[in-house]
Amino acid sequence: MSKPIIATTSLAGCFGCHMSLLDIDERILDLIELVEFNKSPIDDIKTFTKQCDIGIIEGGCCNSENVHVLKDFRKNCKTLVVIGECAIMGGLPAMRNNNAPISECLEEAYLNCVSVQANEEKIIPNDEELPMILDRVYPCHEIVKIDYFLPGCAPRADLIWNALVALVTGNEMDLPYEVIKFD
Amino acid sequence: MSKKITIEPVTRVEGHGKVTIHLDDNNQVEQSRLHIVEFRGFERFVQGRPYWEAPVLVQRLCGICPVSHHLAAAKALDVIVGAGTGDGLTPTGDKMRRLMHYGQMFQSHVLHFFHLASPDLLFGIDGDPALRNVVGIAIKHKELAVQAVMMRKYGQEIIKATAGKKIHGTGAIPGGINKHLTQAEKDYLLNGDDPMNIDKMIDWSLGALEFFKGYHAQNKDLIDKFAAFPSSHVSLVRKDGAMDLYHGVLRGVDSEGNKVLNDVDYQDYLQYIDEEVKSWSYMKFPYLRSIGKKDGWYRVGPLARMNTCDFIPSPLAQKEFEIFQAYTNGKPNGMSMHMHWARLIEILHSAEMMKELLNDPDLMSGELTVTGTKGREGVGLLEAPRGTLFHHYRINNDDQIEMANLIVSTTNNNTPMNTAVNLAAKQFMNGQTEITEGMMNAVEVAIRAYDPCLSCATHALGKMPLEAIILDANGKELDRKLKNG
Repeated sequence: MSKPIIATTSLAGCFGCHMSLLDIDERILDLIELVEFNKSPIDDIKTFTKQCDIGIIEGGCCNSENVHVLKDFRKNCKTLVVIGECAIMGGLPAMRNNNAPISECLEEAYLNCVSVQANEEKIIPNDEELPMILDRVYPCHEIVKIDYFLPGCAPRADLIWNALVALVTGNEMDLPYEVIKFD
Repeated sequence: MSKKITIEPVTRVEGHGKVTIHLDDNNQVEQSRLHIVEFRGFERFVQGRPYWEAPVLVQRLCGICPVSHHLAAAKALDVIVGAGTGDGLTPTGDKMRRLMHYGQMFQSHVLHFFHLASPDLLFGIDGDPALRNVVGIAIKHKELAVQAVMMRKYGQEIIKATAGKKIHGTGAIPGGINKHLTQAEKDYLLNGDDPMNIDKMIDWSLGALEFFKGYHAQNKDLIDKFAAFPSSHVSLVRKDGAMDLYHGVLRGVDSEGNKVLNDVDYQDYLQYIDEEVKSWSYMKFPYLRSIGKKDGWYRVGPLARMNTCDFIPSPLAQKEFEIFQAYTNGKPNGMSMHMHWARLIEILHSAEMMKELLNDPDLMSGELTVTGTKGREGVGLLEAPRGTLFHHYRINNDDQIEMANLIVSTTNNNTPMNTAVNLAAKQFMNGQTEITEGMMNAVEVAIRAYDPCLSCATHALGKMPLEAIILDANGKELDRKLKNG
């Protein structure tokens, strides 16, 4: 039987969940034996080259590119697992949903900023190479169907490991209370 | 026929980015740009939050070096709570924070060198992309992979012991720290079972330097000439000119070694630094006001720190520093790939400093915090793994954040990275009729040397992945290539 194939991505997240995945430490060498990696920021596979078994998503959606990548993952992965608070409910970037309209965020960063003293033309970045910013930050499940949710900021390495091994081996997940943290 | 090449996403870097390269009718590079394509808006949405939340909120810009943001925010708030500007904490508070910071420096540099950058060295810039990654290292160079994993783990364990958890911890608070180091933690980190102890980490750090120097001797062209260019360099240094990654005065030198920032107090950073906004990137372009927009840009990070400091205050790293300096006869070093060398010297320095601190009794007892007369505004700077990090906050009468300004390390390196991209593109693509995957990876290698944290850089709302789009002189798309083709 061929190895299960895993793809990973970070959308509007901070890469902390990917770091927590690396915090499985020595077990990363076992993981490499167990699975094959496809599209992921840790390798140079930039677009899906085959159907994957498991897609791991960190971060929510703050721009059109995030939405595109998320839909691409849904299309190319049998099972989608979202990890961390940003993917599950928008997380910290979603603080802008409550009290900070995007126009104010942009003005604060580029026009009112104390260390931008010479922006006479009042430039706010706007270029065809830059993806469209969304009106608010969306959690992944509002965009596509998600199969599993692993909470935490970041989810503990043991939680990611236990869930991943269960998915890869087809066993029931063993997720004791101690490894699930909502922070 | 002219073309545009887009590389998206840029991989084996932290965060999301994209490169566009325009070639003219004769296949010469006409324009190249590194775009930061995500924007998050931290400066605005932290307004109104109680100030003491800043160290835990703002570190969530970045999961790779959260400790840097955690501590820079705490340092700015030290000023606000009247605990001095970097030298007013209790010995326990200061040293626990330093230990946390060295743990962070150690793990982040290890991650960058071994997990992300070393595949380019071990498999070649145009090596098989299927193998040219950390999995390939684990298969072909198992021993190196084990070292990488265990060294990173060690740094993360230091962070856990000082900050409470490995990612997004809570150790630093305005005016100090919230815990001591326990005896059990100290024993584990100093004398843990092989290989999890500090002496092994120092050994392995020395080994990594030997590996790099051996590689350098065999590959002088790549390491010395690839994306090399002169520039100014900026970092914090201790008042006596020693390297200090946690606190100091701001020093800048030009490409000849003349001081362009003369050990100034960073509370006044606005007098010296300004940022330019360009329409094609969410990342701003900082520059020294005294020199001006056009030529005032500078580099930060490991290479800059080697160029600004007078010496390194730990014996093994100082010896390596002398070798490094001698290579350019004491002149500032502008070779982008020497950033890896500088990073490895800092790994060694961090390991030595961790050993010194772990043996220090101040970590295990003593006052944790100090308080003083409250102010309204504070600036906190430190040397993050990728370079100088600026945090600046102002609060109102209700203790709410009224203004926040962040200049992250990678933003400081914006113009240098664009310069490196341009040089690599010209070196590998000028006159080529067919653009290969290896040529596109060369552009990424140039970016990677700066260990950019595009996660941090997008705090303003953000994203950095690599696709190459090829346009003709009229902007018409002719070809689009993804790195894996």
